[in-house]
Amino acid sequence: MTVLTRQNLGSFLAKQGILIAFVLFMIGFAMVNQRFIAMDNISGVIRSSAILGVIAIGVTFVVIGGNLDLSVGSMMSFSTIVVLDLHDKIGPGLAIPAMFALTLLLGAFIGFLVGYLKLNSLIVTLGMLSAIHGLTLTWSGGKNMDIADKSGTWFSFFGQDRIMGIPVPILIFALLAAVLAMVLSRTSFGRKVYAVGGNGQAATFSGIPRARIVFMTYLISAFCVAVAGLLQASRSLGSQNTVGQGLELQVLAAVILGGASLLGGSGTVFKTVIGVLILGFIQNGLLLAGLDFYVQYMVTWAIIILAVWLDIAAKRGHLWSPIA
Amino acid sequence: MNDLQPVLRLEGIVKTFPGVRALDGVSFDLRPGEVHALMGENGAGKSTLMKVLGGVLAPNAGQIYVAEKPVSMTNPQAAKALGVVFIHQELSLAGELSVAENIFLGELPLKSFGRVDWKKLYADTDKILKTLNVSFNARTRVGDLSIANQQMVEIGRALTVDPRAVIFDEPTASLTDAEKVVLFEVIADLQTRGVGIIYISHRMEEIFKITDRISVLRDGQYRGTLNTAETDEDKVTQLMIGRSLDLSRNVSHHEMGDIALEVRGLSCGHLFEDVSFNVRKGEVLGFYGLVGAGRTEIAETIFGLRTPSAGQILLNGQEVQINSPIEAIRLGIALVPEDRKDQGLVLGMNCKDNMTLPQIGRLTKGPFVSDRAELAIFDKYRDKLDIRTPGWRQSVGNLSGGNQQKIVIGKWLSMHPEVLIVDEPTRGIDVGSKSEIHNLIRDLAAQGFAVIVISSEMPEVLHVSDRIVAMFAGRVMREFTSEDVTEDNLIQAISGLTGDKAA
Ligand SMILES: Nc1ncnc2c1ncn2[C@@H]1O[C@H](COP(=O)(O)OP(=O)(O)OP(=O)(O)O)[C@@H](O)[C@H]1O
Ligand SMILES: [Mg+2]
Repeated sequence: MTVLTRQNLGSFLAKQGILIAFVLFMIGFAMVNQRFIAMDNISGVIRSSAILGVIAIGVTFVVIGGNLDLSVGSMMSFSTIVVLDLHDKIGPGLAIPAMFALTLLLGAFIGFLVGYLKLNSLIVTLGMLSAIHGLTLTWSGGKNMDIADKSGTWFSFFGQDRIMGIPVPILIFALLAAVLAMVLSRTSFGRKVYAVGGNGQAATFSGIPRARIVFMTYLISAFCVAVAGLLQASRSLGSQNTVGQGLELQVLAAVILGGASLLGGSGTVFKTVIGVLILGFIQNGLLLAGLDFYVQYMVTWAIIILAVWLDIAAKRGHLWSPIA
Repeated sequence: MNDLQPVLRLEGIVKTFPGVRALDGVSFDLRPGEVHALMGENGAGKSTLMKVLGGVLAPNAGQIYVAEKPVSMTNPQAAKALGVVFIHQELSLAGELSVAENIFLGELPLKSFGRVDWKKLYADTDKILKTLNVSFNARTRVGDLSIANQQMVEIGRALTVDPRAVIFDEPTASLTDAEKVVLFEVIADLQTRGVGIIYISHRMEEIFKITDRISVLRDGQYRGTLNTAETDEDKVTQLMIGRSLDLSRNVSHHEMGDIALEVRGLSCGHLFEDVSFNVRKGEVLGFYGLVGAGRTEIAETIFGLRTPSAGQILLNGQEVQINSPIEAIRLGIALVPEDRKDQGLVLGMNCKDNMTLPQIGRLTKGPFVSDRAELAIFDKYRDKLDIRTPGWRQSVGNLSGGNQQKIVIGKWLSMHPEVLIVDEPTRGIDVGSKSEIHNLIRDLAAQGFAVIVISSEMPEVLHVSDRIVAMFAGRVMREFTSEDVTEDNLIQAISGLTGDKAA
């Protein structure tokens, strides 16, 4: 019987581990620094998580569909630079739709390669990560991009204003999360994404156009990146060519933390949002605890690996198992 | 034999899953040198019991004894070390590896510095393959083998140790008659070596042919053990499902309509050549042949999964081009595929979602999927097919094998197709549900649907078909009507022994 209880505990830990770890982290941080649980700090964390969160929601679609998207960070740099550059050239009213169109075009290109040509998504998006970076540098000539008249533009609305006291980025994040959560969980398209990621062959046998579904997930991902680029550009009204650098891994961490399987077929928008918040609070907690900014990188990685391990352990029902 | 101590004994085994009491205090014993059948309806708990025995699942309560010594099977290796080997219902092979690597997976013979001793590996494997009498060799890539041959590899795996007890979980579900003969020889050989065999199957003929005793489970409870020689099918069925079955041949002669589907001179490379047949509305056309005769490939071509190299497909007299399953479905063709795990189901999805998948785009109200429309379909086919699940939210992967198969059948029946193609529809399905499904197929035909049944089970084809197409090596050998067919000429036709090729 002792064996059994140990096994049950193991499978409980495996299933709930990430939440338990999160709670322990939170308690620890709150004890080290009271400010951590102050209302303004919490609102601040959510606000600064908005950009990451918006992208993570899009990537959730790609991951559930059974693929990866490592190009999102570099793509967001592109969107940010493009919208800032066009702002002064054609005005914000045209710059925003133009930037969305260009970003969606990039997403469509990736979707075409992965969906229709069935190329490996890891390779394609890794390649696109650096190709889009090159594209951004070509566009900007390698220089930082700034809006000339920073105080006289309504463009700052998206990143800096509040509606009824709530920061606009949080509202946009919440709205996008709500809409895309409905799309994923309630529409037939969403169902097809799960089917394609869960078992592509069975999806084909069920008359689901696999290529088109994969293509669509990349379009959604690109759309979310464009929204994030807009938030980023609007908040700072100026940007380096590398604002989004490294974001792809944080996004992936958030998605996995939320419990989406990298093998595809599982995950939800809601869980991803939780993953984003966990990541945000942990990073914030580390800062408040007085640790250096770059410690985050190491901790983030440790968390990713922990999450992947628990993901697999939950499937096996054991934390550790001699068989695959 | 009776006075020998059992090689294996289970006592009061309990195993629960969330919402399911899969095993409820089951006891069971296995004597050396006997073939002991384990029977029960789909979901009765057979596979679960064997998984407990094989160290795959930990029981909530109960004790296992090997040679009357209490043991705990904490993992499959521990079980194997005690001489208990398990051949699973669902194949679990590495398709990219060779036969030899699969058979000795995890216990490859090594030389110094951890190098694999390939020579010994291949030699040992060939020795095992020889006893199995198979046509492939140790170096063949497993992914290139037919399902039947993969099954043989799985069996080969069990023979790497000197086993005390071997568990076969529905081993013949995808074997041809010839392959079954080989399997039974292997089993007889193990028997003479004093190995105890636990044999799970839904096929009564086999059970009565090779087993010594039959134990029956029902709803997770042990229902009793019968001596095979002293019982009959009816008694076993009674014990299993609590009633008798009427298995009389069911040829309801109803009106047949026009030709629904016609195939003329269809070829696809060397998979099948010059195949012509038709099926009328209201008719059940059986396709009988050996595994590999090209029947599945024909079905896949009609369903738009393969591109024919020659020939025509006509639907209601009109020639059609079918380039994808989407187009096939739109034309009213449905295919229940051969391989439920890879082609039929998304295992991680729940029962309802799997069942409504092909028509999900139609079940919407406004922009959203209508739960009510979906549940109406699910409830209807759960009742109709008697699918055992704690609820629609259960992952299909957690259902018993037979209940998974029923989900696939429900998925396509609920589409109300004009032409329904079913490829091995009752693989792994219990006797009661099998006759349900056969009746369902007959009913569909009576309602005017055209049905094509591909099966490797002769009784099944004979039972449900109005006409039977016999295939051999990618060619149609002969066509029989239900009047002129006999078991003998059917067997002749599918083994390529007959020369007269009917048009
Ligand atoms: N991992 C699991 N999680 C939840 N329920 C499970 C799991 N495995 C099996 N079950 C349930 O336990 C019951 C017994 O299943 P089992 O696979 O042992 O049936 P079986 O007798 O082998 O049936 P079949 O003849 O269809 O193969 C079923 O109701 C099944 O749904
Ligand atoms: Mg079973």
